[in-house]
Amino acid sequence: MSPLPNRRDEEVRRLLDTPHPAVPVDLAARAVLRGRRIVRRRRIEHTVLWALLVAAAIAGIVLAVLAWPDHSTPPVPSDNWWPTNGPN
Amino acid sequence: MSPPAPGETAKGVDLNARLPSHGGVGRRRAAADSRRDAEFAAFTAGAGGRLLHTATLLTGDPAAADRLLTAVLARVYADWFRMRADDPYEQARSELVRRFHHRPWWNRPRGGDLDRLTGQERLVVTLRFFEGVAEEQTAAQLGLPADRVRAICARATATLRSRPATPAAASVAEARSARAAREQRAAHAGKAGPGTPGGSPAADGPAGARDPVAASSPSGPSGSHRYEGTP
Repeated sequence: MSPLPNRRDEEVRRLLDTPHPAVPVDLAARAVLRGRRIVRRRRIEHTVLWALLVAAAIAGIVLAVLAWPDHSTPPVPSDNWWPTNGPN
Repeated sequence: MSPPAPGETAKGVDLNARLPSHGGVGRRRAAADSRRDAEFAAFTAGAGGRLLHTATLLTGDPAAADRLLTAVLARVYADWFRMRADDPYEQARSELVRRFHHRPWWNRPRGGDLDRLTGQERLVVTLRFFEGVAEEQTAAQLGLPADRVRAICARATATLRSRPATPAAASVAEARSARAAREQRAAHAGKAGPGTPGGSPAADGPAGARDPVAASSPSGPSGSHRYEGTP
């Protein structure tokens, strides 16, 4: 929190402030190949998940259309156990 | 509908310019990929050295740093279009910190400039002093309170500034026996020093007057830390 430069901090900074190590020449190429693999895997995952989602939606719609109950005619109670023709 | 044109493959990238086959996906994706390749190559050429330095400071081992940085850069490459206006360097650094922070316990860093620090102290010291990240930002990234980060930083600084002493004892008993041996050696040398036929205390000069232990064993292991005086 102190805005003033600290002598101890400066010492540690100087300790860390060495020249950068040499970067291997194929580091970027390896990273790119691995990154492409990640991208491809991600793309496949997204494709599969979207396909599943679309298939589930279509299946839900089809099931709803096929199995929707028909309420246009009231159900006729036929097999009740209690008498239905008046009291007594 | 057409395979990627050979002219559109990554220019200026020495990646043998092999793009993944796009079948019939189209040339828009190929163009995006080539743009990503070019931008990523520029970014790596600019920031690779510094990132590798950070990774080396963290892991303490060039091979481990190389592996860590490859994974981090691959992730940055894959997320290149997800970060719209963010700084890719910030992204890479936070990814580096995240990966290093969540390493398993058997993958402990050893060696390097920060050999005597633990993994968390390495992270804090590197972020604060090498990368120049603010205290609050470091705390937020590591999921710690800012006071804790300050305390860790102070402790690591003290550890780094202390002289590289003898390696730490494995146990308390070992430390006690080592100290007893040291005291015994010192007492023995102090007793035998004046009686030595070769060297009289006057020959040792002012060093003998200042420090009898150091004067009695001029070529001992403690000789390197003895104050030699100004010429």
